[in-house]
Amino acid sequence: MATDAALVLRSSRSRVFWLALVLAVLVALCAGSVAIGTRSVSWSEIWAALAGRVDTVGQAAVAARIPRTLMALLAGAALGLSGAIMQGITRNPLADPGILGVNMGASLAIAVGVAWFGITTANAYIWVAILGAGFTAVFVYVIGSLGRGGATPLKLALAGVATSVAFASLVIAVVLTRGDIAGGIRQWQVGGVGGATFARLSVVLPFLVAGFLISMATARKLNSLALGDELAAGLGERVALARAMAALGAILLCGATTAICGPIGFVGLIVPHLCRLLFGVDHRWLLPFSALVGAALLTCADIAGRLIARPNELDVGIVTAFIGAPFFIWIVRRQKVREL
Amino acid sequence: MSMASVDIVAAGRIRRVRRRARVVLALLALLVTGFALTLMLGQSFTPPGDVIRVLMGHDVPGATFTVGQLRLPRAVLAVLAGLSFGLGGAAFQIMLRNPLASPDIIGISSGASAAAVFAIVVLRLDGAAVSIFAVAAGLGVALTIYGLSWRNGVAGARLILVGIGVSAMLDSFISYVLVRAPAWDLQEAMRWLTGSVNGARLGQSLPILISLLIFGGLLMSRSRDLQALRLGDDSAAALGTHVTRTRVMVIIAAVGLIAVATAVTGPIAFVAFLSAPIAARIFGSEGSLLIPAALVGAVLVLAGDYVGQFLLPSRYPVGVVTGALGAPYLIFLIVRAHRSGA
Repeated sequence: MATDAALVLRSSRSRVFWLALVLAVLVALCAGSVAIGTRSVSWSEIWAALAGRVDTVGQAAVAARIPRTLMALLAGAALGLSGAIMQGITRNPLADPGILGVNMGASLAIAVGVAWFGITTANAYIWVAILGAGFTAVFVYVIGSLGRGGATPLKLALAGVATSVAFASLVIAVVLTRGDIAGGIRQWQVGGVGGATFARLSVVLPFLVAGFLISMATARKLNSLALGDELAAGLGERVALARAMAALGAILLCGATTAICGPIGFVGLIVPHLCRLLFGVDHRWLLPFSALVGAALLTCADIAGRLIARPNELDVGIVTAFIGAPFFIWIVRRQKVREL
Repeated sequence: MSMASVDIVAAGRIRRVRRRARVVLALLALLVTGFALTLMLGQSFTPPGDVIRVLMGHDVPGATFTVGQLRLPRAVLAVLAGLSFGLGGAAFQIMLRNPLASPDIIGISSGASAAAVFAIVVLRLDGAAVSIFAVAAGLGVALTIYGLSWRNGVAGARLILVGIGVSAMLDSFISYVLVRAPAWDLQEAMRWLTGSVNGARLGQSLPILISLLIFGGLLMSRSRDLQALRLGDDSAAALGTHVTRTRVMVIIAAVGLIAVATAVTGPIAFVAFLSAPIAARIFGSEGSLLIPAALVGAVLVLAGDYVGQFLLPSRYPVGVVTGALGAPYLIFLIVRAHRSGA
């Protein structure tokens, strides 16, 4: 018993250490995200812009990077958290809002809304995206769990990829009919945080906060679900309700993010795996850490996207796919064939 | 076994062979009809007589440009690319004994496309050099996927998932190259992401024709061994097939077919994936599926391009049409395969 107590103490100490480290990295990345960009700016310009002046081009560039950085933080946190929840609900190591097609579903819903129903306000975008994300999540899950063996990682991943490809085709089909919006076709297929403004941030924030709160409230339920449905039910957990609630949180988060940024994949895949390695499997810790590490990862990917394609910018969705896909392959290789 | 039952077996065999021949002829007839129709129909109707005169090399006012310069190169490219995709896809699916293991799902088409777009946009190559680049990259990707999914043998499921990952990475590389490109052109971007036969010129079809003759011929010469692989490696070896040698030959041939076609049209979505299963449905799963799958592929691209151009409210590249068609089929396949517990 004494060793158990020591173990708990040590692990909670190491968690505090990691928490401090992640926060420090996050602060450094925020500073980097404001200072580094396609355009090189001097320190004085950065200070002036932070003080609210936009007199020179450099100051204006820095001023535009501030909401962008905040957007990257929020989007990364939302995607990391929703990935952790999806992996928890499905008990599937390959779950991610991008791989399961949920982000592309949200993107298709917005494209349809814009092209056919003339939605224009950011608020409407978000509701439509959440609707699309929810519908797609249910659709993919149902398809992936048909037949023997329930929702195995392979079936879910394939169902998600197939749905993603189908929806990507439909997005093109919908958007190409409208010459006025077709020019921005990339933004419907590859997500980025480049267009962030404070106005958009303030619209999406309430949805994200609601998603965060719901998600955090389900941490204990996800711990029970991790034991398997029967054991969880035996412990007095209402399994279906727990799943539905957690899913609602995850869908709010990734739907709202996709509405503002477009579909960004693989953040929700990588982050929970990393966090599980570092902080253990307890969802009460895993969820907040996933949000923090997700924010760090997306901010870092966004900075990288500005540097590697100079003088152009690479959308952050391209960068995350490039980092995330090898990670995906690594997870696939680690799994036993039987489980796949 | 009595003589009578031998006769019955032989009669059944002859019936099947005749049925196969009939189906192949029917597919061929469908393809020729489709080809002829796409030459006649378009924004305006060109009478068959004019089309024939243009094909004979006569100058027909109006028709020479629309048929000779626009419709003919496009239709030829569509047919040749479709044949290549159908053939290459079927070879992979048969060899790996899994309909999901088609080159467009496991990333080989994406690899060829990434190499082609890199060669064209960054290295400023054109013509045969692009094709060679694409074939080399396709082979490299095939090798990589095979190596990455190797762990005491290659399991189908792992190969497919690894392929999906590789494919995601290559697609993001394509986006990267396109972003770096000096001029962002939507039509060009669509070509490398979903496949298109827009702006076809007759000269573009030549490398595909050559690759069909070389790689298609190689594949056909291995048809019997490929057929034996369907029974499993051990049974195939027992029947006298060199399993490894056959595999290597088939991979080279199939990757060559896919890559050369992709270097011109881009990875036309899901044609490689759809052709063989559709062919199997019409044809029955007995016998070699290579030729029927190639024909189905050609019909798919030709029809898909026509639909994309003229039958929808706006003009779409063929890849968007075949992509929208293929994805529901992929979903159906997942549902069905796992209902039977496969």
